[in-house]
Amino acid sequence: MNNFEYSRATDIADAVRQIAADPAAKFIAGGTNLIDLMKYDVVRPARLIDITHLPLKAVEETKGGGLRIGALVPNSDLAYHPLIEARYPLVSSAILAGASQQLRNMASTGGNLLQRTRCFYFYDVATPCNKREPGSGCSAINGINRINAILGTSESCIATHPSDMCVALAALEANVHVAGPSGQRVIAFEEFHRLPGDTPHLDNNLAPQEIVTAIELPPKGFAANHSYLKIRDRLSYAFALVSVAAALEIDGGHIKDARLALGGVAHKPWRDRNAEAALRGRAPDRAAFAEAADMLLKTAKGFAHNAFKIDLARRAIIRTLTQAANATPQIQSSKKIR
Amino acid sequence: MNPAPAGRPGSNSKFESTSESVSKNPSKPAVVKPATFSTALTVNGQKHALDVAPWTTLLDLLRDRLDLTGTKKGCDHGQCGACTVLLDGRRVNACLTLAVMKDGASVVTIEGLASGDTLHPLQQAFIDHDAFQCGYCTSGQICSAAGLIAEGRAKTADEIRELMSGNICRCGAYPNIVAAIQQAIGAMQDKREGKEGKTGGKP
Repeated sequence: MNNFEYSRATDIADAVRQIAADPAAKFIAGGTNLIDLMKYDVVRPARLIDITHLPLKAVEETKGGGLRIGALVPNSDLAYHPLIEARYPLVSSAILAGASQQLRNMASTGGNLLQRTRCFYFYDVATPCNKREPGSGCSAINGINRINAILGTSESCIATHPSDMCVALAALEANVHVAGPSGQRVIAFEEFHRLPGDTPHLDNNLAPQEIVTAIELPPKGFAANHSYLKIRDRLSYAFALVSVAAALEIDGGHIKDARLALGGVAHKPWRDRNAEAALRGRAPDRAAFAEAADMLLKTAKGFAHNAFKIDLARRAIIRTLTQAANATPQIQSSKKIR
Repeated sequence: MNPAPAGRPGSNSKFESTSESVSKNPSKPAVVKPATFSTALTVNGQKHALDVAPWTTLLDLLRDRLDLTGTKKGCDHGQCGACTVLLDGRRVNACLTLAVMKDGASVVTIEGLASGDTLHPLQQAFIDHDAFQCGYCTSGQICSAAGLIAEGRAKTADEIRELMSGNICRCGAYPNIVAAIQQAIGAMQDKREGKEGKTGGKP
C-alpha cells in the first residue's frame, strides 16, 4: 500500500470541496474494496478523504411512499432494517447473498455501488488490463475468463460488476442521489453503471467531483412475489457466476408487472426491459419464463471458459421467476435451490 | 468519537499532524517522516492514545503496537476472517480497517473475551467440541461468533454456517465449530435467563 495523506470531511459541501481541490484523492467510507485494491497497488490515491462522519446514515420514508437510504448506512443494517425486510425483501435477500457478515458490517450502501467492476486480471498488476491501465490490453479475453461477462462486453473489457445489492436495486428501479460542485442531481439506477465500450476504466457515470448521498427506492417493492438466486462456485461468500433478481406482480392469474435483473454476467447489473415486457399479460408459467430468458440472453456471447454461463443463466432465470411466482423466495441460508 | 473532525491535518490539536523533516542536511533530499494522527482507542477496556500513520490498519496496530497478537493476519485482504475483532460491538475485518478512521472507538479482541480466569462461553465451547486443529483461525472464529450471537440472527445450524462464512478454517473443523457455537448460544441464553449450565443446575 502506498503512503497517502488523510483528511476528514465535515459535511457534504466540505467533501465536495476537498475532492475538487485534489484530483488524486479518493473518498473512503467502509473501505472494504478500496483498501483491498490499495494493498495490491491497483489503486494508489495520494489522499483519502474520510466521509464516515457525514450525516448520511438514516433510512427514511419519502413523501411519495418510497424509502430514502443514506449512502453511509452499512450493508448489514440495511439488510436487517424492518422497512427493508417488510417492503423490499428482494433488497434484503440480495445483500445477504453478498460478501460476509464482517464485510457487510463495514461496507456502506454508497460504497456497494462504487466497488470496482473487476476481474482477476484487474487485480494482478503484472498483467495488462484496460480497466487498470487504459490502452494496455485485456488479459481476460484470451485468458482464464470463467468468471467473466457474457453480456454487453467489448473488445476492451469483459469484467463484471460483483454487487448483489445492485442487482436488486436495478430490478426495483432505484434512484441514486448525488451531490457535486454544481449542486445535486438524481441518476436512474440503470444509468448509473456503464458498459465497458472503449472506456472500461470508467465503471459508472458519477463525475469525479461528485459524491453519492442516498439511494431512493420507489414505493413498489414486489414483496409478495420476488426471489434472489445466486449461483457460485462455493456455497457462500463467493462472487456470483450468475445471479438473478426476479420480481412479479401477479393479478388474476396473469403477470401484471415483471422485473428481471442479472448479476455476474456484465459490466453492470443487467436489466432487460424487453424480456420484462414479454412477461406482462402472460400466465406465470415455465413457457413464459423460458421465452423471457431466451430474449434476455439473445445477445449473450461466451468466451473460452465461460460459455457455460449462458445455459446456467437461462436455467437460473426460469428457476428464479418460478420461485417468485410461487412466493417461495430463495432463502440465503438454505443451500437447496427451491 | 472525535466530535469535530478536522478538515485537514494540523488544523486542531486533537488532529495534529506530526510531519517533519528527518534530514537536516540541505544538500541531501529530505526524508519526510509521515504525518501521523492522534488516535484514541479503547481496547479490551483499556484506553490508548496513539499516533498512527493513516495507512496503519487496525490489525497491524493491535499486533505491532499493542502486542495483542491473538488477532491473526491470514490473507490480509478480508477473505479469511482470521483478523476478526469486535469494533463498537460489531464484527469486522481488522485488516481492512484503517485505525485512523476509528478514533474514539472501542475494540474487543480475543484477549478481551474472558473474565479473569473464567473463559467466555465460546472459548469453553470451542474446547469442549474440539473446534480447532492448528488454531490459526480460532481467535477470528470466536470473535466472529461473539458478533454473530450479539446480532441474534442465527437460530439454526444453516443460519450459523451462512453467517459464519466469512471465517475460513483450512483444517476443516467446521462441524465442530458449528456445534461449539450452538452450545455457546444455549449457554449464554441460559445465563441470561438465570439458569445454570447443563451440569450442576440448581432447582
